[in-house]
Amino acid sequence: MMLQIRDVRKKFDDLEVLQGIGFDVEKSDVVAILGPSGSGKTTLLRCLNFLEKADAGTMVFDGRTFDLNKATKAEIADLRRKTAFVFQNYNLFLNKTVLENVTLGLTAGAGMKKNEARDIAVAMLEKVGMADKLSSYPSQLSGGQQQRVAIARAMATKPEIIFFDEPTSALDPELIGEVLNVMRQLAEEGMTMLVVTHEMSFARNVSNKAIFMEDGRIVESGPSSTVFSNPKEERTKAFLRSIEFDK
Amino acid sequence: MTERLWSILVDSFPKLLWYGIKVTVPLTIFSFSIALAVALLVALIQYAKVRGLQQLCRFYIWITRGTPLLVQLYIVFFGLPSIGIRLPAFTAAMLVLGFNEGAYMSETIRGALESVSPGQIEAGYCVGLTFPKIMWHVALPQAFRTAFPALGNSMISMLKETSMAATISVMEMFRQAQVINGRVYESLGLYLEVALIYLVFCTFLTFLQRRGEKRLSSYGGKKQ
Repeated sequence: MMLQIRDVRKKFDDLEVLQGIGFDVEKSDVVAILGPSGSGKTTLLRCLNFLEKADAGTMVFDGRTFDLNKATKAEIADLRRKTAFVFQNYNLFLNKTVLENVTLGLTAGAGMKKNEARDIAVAMLEKVGMADKLSSYPSQLSGGQQQRVAIARAMATKPEIIFFDEPTSALDPELIGEVLNVMRQLAEEGMTMLVVTHEMSFARNVSNKAIFMEDGRIVESGPSSTVFSNPKEERTKAFLRSIEFDK
Repeated sequence: MTERLWSILVDSFPKLLWYGIKVTVPLTIFSFSIALAVALLVALIQYAKVRGLQQLCRFYIWITRGTPLLVQLYIVFFGLPSIGIRLPAFTAAMLVLGFNEGAYMSETIRGALESVSPGQIEAGYCVGLTFPKIMWHVALPQAFRTAFPALGNSMISMLKETSMAATISVMEMFRQAQVINGRVYESLGLYLEVALIYLVFCTFLTFLQRRGEKRLSSYGGKKQ
């Protein structure tokens, strides 16, 4: 077992955003986290990478147990070295070129030599089809290109798991495909991924596990094939119907 | 214009310019460096919400912005010797100007830092950077770009404020004009002349500021 999440709770003022979330992730799993907006999906992901401090909960990662509320700075830093995060708004460093965006974590973060970091960065950018834009700045790229660079940046530090927070939600429809293709390729290479998404085709076809959340709870979870083709819970069915209707 | 006045202005011009280059410009550069260092430190302390030091910074800004520069100059140069702190006039002027403008500039930089999107900081943490490294590589460069026009303004006002140092006997450009005037009594002509030299200096700074802004806009949204 690579990742075990237990009883994650989080309140914003009086609103209980997460009411005891728990699930397991195996190596090379691609887990899709689905649910209506406001169900707590993004908050869950942010708590797992300590961008948000959970009120309670534990995470066992690679055999080490982290208290999501009381982890020390050193523990958080250690965990972040082994994980990566892809944001909805890409969050590429605006003052850095494409290449520097990918190398910064390697040089300033991991203390790697410049040319070594460059080689890795170029390889990663080649993977996502962005190697011809090394010296462009984020503002000169489309949303889809920025997100592909963000994925290259996430892969560069060789994380054991990548968290994706609605990676295609900010994109124009015609740019979604290029990002999903990169993610699919990652999944096929065996990268462990936790993906909050509204892309049902991705969730259905690429992820092997699906978690359906509503109001801060997990309503249903299991192998994607089952959750999609044979949902047990009425709310899951209703959600899937509403999504299909939108298409 | 009389021939006498003309020859006085022609004679005094190189002297004034020389004191401008020898004293006013270095005083501006030194004071601005102090101001920038103080402002960076104070802005970072406030941005990072360092307990204890944060209150101290608020206090410093409150005192400095709430009292006139001229009074501060007098306190440091004429007042402090009575408790045994004697500073050369140039040093006193440099420190007062630096700490005075530093208070304003710290607010400029803090505002610029706070305008950096939180996502930039989060992304920094997620690629494994520490807070100081995020500041150095990501937040400060972006904040500097936002703050640059305002910092340029600060530098221009500082250049002009160095003339206040004349009141504590620093022999800078304006003081030199006063001295010449004491001999020849041509107030209007001489003070207009010295004003013109300040104007030339400030125009040069404005030119540098524009160039700087252009260079800084080579990345990011403004270009498109």
